[in-house]
Amino acid sequence: MITVSGVTKVYGDTRVLGPIDLELPAGGITALVGPNGAGKSTLLTIMGRLIAPTAGRVTIAGRDVATTPGRELAKLLSILRQENHFITRLTVRDLVGFGRFPHSRGRLTAADHEQIDRAIAFLKLEEITDRYLDQLSGGQRQRAYVAMVLAQDTEYILLDEPLNNLDIRHAVSMMTQLRTAADELGKTIVIVVHDLNFAAAYADRIVVLNQGQVAHVGTPTEIMCPEVLTGVFETPFRITNHDGYPLAVYYR
Amino acid sequence: MHETVTKAPPAPVRPMAAARRPRLWPRFVILTVLAVAAAVLVLTWDIGPAPGTRGFWLIVNMRVVSVATIVIVAACQAVATVLFHTATSNRILTPSIMGFDALYVVMQTGLVFFFGADTLSRTDGLPKVVLQSLLMVGFATALYTWLFAGRRGDLHVMLLIGVVFGIGFGALSTFMQRLLTPSEFDILSARLFGNLSNSHKEYLPWAGLVVIVVLALVWQRRHRLDVLALGRETATNLGLHFKREIIVLLILTAVLISISTTLVGPMTFFGFIIATLSYQLVGSSRHWHVLPFAFLLGVVTLLGGYFVLRHVFYAAGLLSVIIEFAGGLFFLIYLLRKGSL
Amino acid sequence: MTATTTRPPSGSRTRASHRFALPVAIAVVAGLMVLSLFVGAYDITEKEFGTEMFFISRVPRTVALVLAGCAMSVSGLIMQMLTRNRFVEPTTTGTTEWAALGLLLTVLIAPGANIATKMVTASLAAFVGTMIFLAILRRVALRSSLVVPLIGIMLGAVVSAFTTYLAVSTNLLQMLGTWFMGSFTGVVRGRYEILWLVAVIVALAYVAADRFTIAGLGEEVATSVGVRYHLVVFFGTSLVALATGVTTVVVGMLPFLGLVVPNVVSLARGDNLRSNLPWVCVGGVGLTVTCDIIGRVVRMPFEVPIAMVLGLVGAVVFIFLLLRQRRDA
Repeated sequence: MITVSGVTKVYGDTRVLGPIDLELPAGGITALVGPNGAGKSTLLTIMGRLIAPTAGRVTIAGRDVATTPGRELAKLLSILRQENHFITRLTVRDLVGFGRFPHSRGRLTAADHEQIDRAIAFLKLEEITDRYLDQLSGGQRQRAYVAMVLAQDTEYILLDEPLNNLDIRHAVSMMTQLRTAADELGKTIVIVVHDLNFAAAYADRIVVLNQGQVAHVGTPTEIMCPEVLTGVFETPFRITNHDGYPLAVYYR
Repeated sequence: MHETVTKAPPAPVRPMAAARRPRLWPRFVILTVLAVAAAVLVLTWDIGPAPGTRGFWLIVNMRVVSVATIVIVAACQAVATVLFHTATSNRILTPSIMGFDALYVVMQTGLVFFFGADTLSRTDGLPKVVLQSLLMVGFATALYTWLFAGRRGDLHVMLLIGVVFGIGFGALSTFMQRLLTPSEFDILSARLFGNLSNSHKEYLPWAGLVVIVVLALVWQRRHRLDVLALGRETATNLGLHFKREIIVLLILTAVLISISTTLVGPMTFFGFIIATLSYQLVGSSRHWHVLPFAFLLGVVTLLGGYFVLRHVFYAAGLLSVIIEFAGGLFFLIYLLRKGSL
Repeated sequence: MTATTTRPPSGSRTRASHRFALPVAIAVVAGLMVLSLFVGAYDITEKEFGTEMFFISRVPRTVALVLAGCAMSVSGLIMQMLTRNRFVEPTTTGTTEWAALGLLLTVLIAPGANIATKMVTASLAAFVGTMIFLAILRRVALRSSLVVPLIGIMLGAVVSAFTTYLAVSTNLLQMLGTWFMGSFTGVVRGRYEILWLVAVIVALAYVAADRFTIAGLGEEVATSVGVRYHLVVFFGTSLVALATGVTTVVVGMLPFLGLVVPNVVSLARGDNLRSNLPWVCVGGVGLTVTCDIIGRVVRMPFEVPIAMVLGLVGAVVFIFLLLRQRRDA
């Protein structure tokens, strides 16, 4: 379970987030949605201890992310944000291999290699596993990063806009795989997404943020209503039901 | 760059990643052989007395000091530069821009300015060397903790401020230097360029010991260095305390550079050449490949350069000036050709 | 984490209330200039040759202060506009080091060259150096605007290494240090007139100001607005190179001037180059004259070279600006 208590983030004179009080039960996929500037990425980043909140705390499985030693936390929680640029040249396999660092500190065992292979297969990266990252497209790199996070094999996975660079096929594939990870491996996954329909189709619960506050929390059925969404996104919404999950239409 | 076509034939089943490693061994072997050969050459070339006589060994012993100095300096500069590149995620900078060189220069100039030119040689000895190194490392550590360790620490701000201090020290030095007599200035400037004859036997063992300890610490952290190179967020995600690791890394760099500078004076671009060549030639980006390779390459280059300059051109004193000159040119060309950092 | 270089014009305080600000500033600086005319080890009111000293030394010195102060501040401003980076100026991009190299080469190859020749070669070298810097900037993918001055300073260090090597092998190293430390002590009638070129440079900069700002937005934006990007960059670089060359030859290196003045002005007034230009000139002159007076007074009758005072003041202000940026980040 992820508990967010009284988390606020202030930059200079501007409060961008908070106060947020939220409890996300273990297991399943939670989607953070909201308009630009709502604070979704900020909240996720604070949950993943990459930035410190101005006030409040976050506990994951009972551990305070601010005070738990990094090495221990890295085996419990993994977070992936937007792409990093770095100076070393790495192959896909190298990168995914780093996901095992919290466990093996750099000395890869046979078990580690198994995990790496599994993560690569899960994201369908076998064909490019020996290519250098800078030779890949944005979408391929994105998948390599997610594979690294999967290889890290943590109970809690936080992903910031993982579908950003992916084309339709790979976006669907990614969400399907995340769903499998949640269902079969028992992982708790929190993702920030822009596309409401992906959230509604795959998430167990949706948290709607607006202007730094939690506006709504609920299941896709509860959230996907014009009354809820039109106000938050300031755009007229129509909801249809498709194959058992709600679909938002707002294009024209 | 587009997606791999789904119709491409599936890749063959891969054995474990070890498949790539054997290719690196030959390079290391070659480099080690070259290093040893260079050392032997420097030690034994052009000695009057016949090999095996007492006179022969006397001269070899004297030369051991030079060779030991070169090995230590090469190790310090090469390793420190690679570490600095990892710490700053930037392969264009060198540690010396942070003001180390300038601080060293201002210390030497101050000594001559206030106490006369002979103070340089009168105070030579282990205490002075230790004090200078401590001052340089102390300065660096103060800078890092003030500017980088805190909540709002920014690496680039810290680097720039280090640079500004360097410029400030430089202005101070130049001013004092103007007021020296030409002979005082000559004595001073001999100290200010990397000069192998500056080093003295007494502090070599101490310097060697410190360097070995630092290198051991670095080696122990080699896997962590690879993770640090992935950037703050990824490194934090993988469980490292990013700022703390970077500061430790920078302090280790400071120690190495201080030792090298105290031994032979400032060398701005040597580390850069060696580090850059190493990245290209080693065939891997792992620190446990790059660091030993850089060390060996540094030793080979410096010993080789020393040998050539001493016995072919009779210009050993100019070694560091030429290295800086060549290094600077190399740096410029590298920058203009390379598309990204 | 790129720091944006543009700021909105400071608040909604109307221009009307500032209408008197510029004349007041000019008056203050004019006062400083008068002070400069009368400060010095040689007492011109009492001694015999007072009036002559006045016109041989004091007046040229003060005029040179004005011109050099303008030259370096405006150069810094132009470079900042062209690179959209607050920390760029001739001494943090290697430009002054290139000018120094050009000067040294001239002295080595043609020791009897007159001051105009030296100026030309120094400016040419500065031009080449600045173009190299800009070329590197365009090619290297930069993630932080603070890396830019770091690269520039590295470049400067490289060129310095060349220059030092040359100086060492020709035994000119100590002289080198003396020439390039910015100092107005040697400015007398007949040795500084070439600095008047700076007035032309500043005028041209004022005319082309808007184009520099647009060019700073990048090649694509500039072209789509109809500005001939490469021509404007070439022109701006030439002005900067010329200003730097002239100043280096006559006075030496003035560190941080081009950094401090434009930044302080833009802190107060935002980033409109054309309207900031007069302020930058006034600020540059004020700072230069003040530092020079301090240099003359602090250890009378000896003179501390202005580069030292500027170096100290500039370093403090630079560090303050950096810390401020960090706070706002």
